[in-house]
Amino acid sequence: MYIPHTDSDREAMLQTIGVKSLEQLFQDVPPAHRFPDLKLPPALTEMEVLAEMQEIASVNDTVDEMTCFLGAGAYHHYIPAAVDAVLRRGEFYSAYTPYQPEISQGTLQAIFEYQSLIAALTGMEVCNASHYDGATAVAEAVNMAYANFRSKRNKVILSPALHPQYRETARTYEAGSHILIAGEEPETDPFAGPETLIPLIDDQTALVIVQYPDFFGRICDYTKLAEAVHAAGTLLAVSVNPIALGLLTPPGDYGADIVTGEGQPLGIPLSYGGPYLGLFATRKEYVRKMAGRLVGETVDTRGQRAYVLTLTAREQHIRREKATSNICTNQGLMALASTVYLSLLGKNGLRQVAELCYHKAHYAAECISSISGYGMASNVPFFNEFVVRCPRSVSEINNHLLEYGIIGGYDLSQDYPQLANHMLIAVTEMNTRDEIEWLADVLTEVSNG
Amino acid sequence: MNIPTQLKYTENDEWIRVDGNIGSIGITDFAQEQLSDIVFIEILISEGDVVKKGDACATVESVKAAADVYLPVSGKVVEINEALPDTPEVINKDPYSGAWMVRIELNDLAELEGLLDATAYEKHCQEKGQ
Repeated sequence: MYIPHTDSDREAMLQTIGVKSLEQLFQDVPPAHRFPDLKLPPALTEMEVLAEMQEIASVNDTVDEMTCFLGAGAYHHYIPAAVDAVLRRGEFYSAYTPYQPEISQGTLQAIFEYQSLIAALTGMEVCNASHYDGATAVAEAVNMAYANFRSKRNKVILSPALHPQYRETARTYEAGSHILIAGEEPETDPFAGPETLIPLIDDQTALVIVQYPDFFGRICDYTKLAEAVHAAGTLLAVSVNPIALGLLTPPGDYGADIVTGEGQPLGIPLSYGGPYLGLFATRKEYVRKMAGRLVGETVDTRGQRAYVLTLTAREQHIRREKATSNICTNQGLMALASTVYLSLLGKNGLRQVAELCYHKAHYAAECISSISGYGMASNVPFFNEFVVRCPRSVSEINNHLLEYGIIGGYDLSQDYPQLANHMLIAVTEMNTRDEIEWLADVLTEVSNG
Repeated sequence: MNIPTQLKYTENDEWIRVDGNIGSIGITDFAQEQLSDIVFIEILISEGDVVKKGDACATVESVKAAADVYLPVSGKVVEINEALPDTPEVINKDPYSGAWMVRIELNDLAELEGLLDATAYEKHCQEKGQ
């Protein structure tokens, strides 16, 4: 309940300021402009507002009513009821940044658990309290690499198989800086393997960034690339889908110096693009160059375990223009959602989700590639997304699918002009066998019609 | 507050001790006190580097602040204190001896004349509101 000032509170304040009335404080605003006519519609009752909002919302088509085969960075996964039950606790839902450890142990411990889980999942040594999303996490990796070499190396290589929006975000972040971005020349073959990036590495390169699985769903072996990167004294960043890490070798095991990722698949709804969750982990030797909040474990004056925001001298409110980044926030509630999700599922549960995604996607690939007119665009092993060559434009096919209540895959021609008629299809544990076979049926129909 | 008389100082709270034409550089007792517990030091220059007066030679971090250390002289780096990054607390405990950060072979002894002596530095600290 909001308790406003009382009249006597106001009197006392006015007296202290030295004016007789509230109006006197606004005397510099011409009377004609003090209460402009805002031409707002008349006020509605709560009932009427609810009805109006529900009508607006009902126009949305959501994954609740539709069958979804769209991925490309945001995925339809199951969100256990426990996630919301914990998130909606007032203590978490409205908590702000835990600057005062004395009254924030709950929030701080939750973030510490999150950091620990992500570090374990990615095979890295330290994880921050999160960034906004996978795209900005990539941009922060660029900032960190630049800071690490003290601005002496200014080239960053982005794999063409890194999410197009992440690459665009990195470009936006670095616009106006001295950082050169390479790896996306128009003649680049997006399906080329990671080794094609090796010739681009030189002594000016601060960072090479790849994705795992890549934007096309493929699982690539980055070992050779990692070796070449390190031989040049450069850093390697890998952007991940955390669900895939339930099954695949974590990047920390094959030489990643930085791991970023999109945590949305971990118990966070699609929500038309956000809020999402930027994962960011690195090795201990680079921790002071890492941006973002960091929660540490310590003991209080009574020797009891306690948590606190630590290594704060990294951050821009202390380091100012010498800080790695301007970021000094995190996605607290989303990080909590992922922590509840991972805690609930555990290592084995996450593996199960990953296996379901993998097997269902492979079944779908089998069904679809056997339809005349459709074919797999790549034979590199994939996780739960794959690229299909289609007999018609993807937008045409997707319009047709929509009539059947199916959300089709991503139209790759939007980002890769050389991939017209190529669709990126995602399959998760939420897709049933019936749905997959039905998709294949409709795709067949489109191909014939 | 300790301000050894045989050293020279800068307004940015660095000290330099000159032996022949070798200058040893660190930060003062006043500086370490202002920073409070120092938890990290990164030495930014290496042996053999040719450096100029005003170049940043180290970054020092405490729990509440991060500060750069600048060279008061020009020359060539002959030694850096490799042990110091492992024991940053020495900067608080022994700023003028154990916490020397870099050693420079001076190429222009005249630069020393522009620096503050102990009296001038003490006055500078007082003005800063010590």
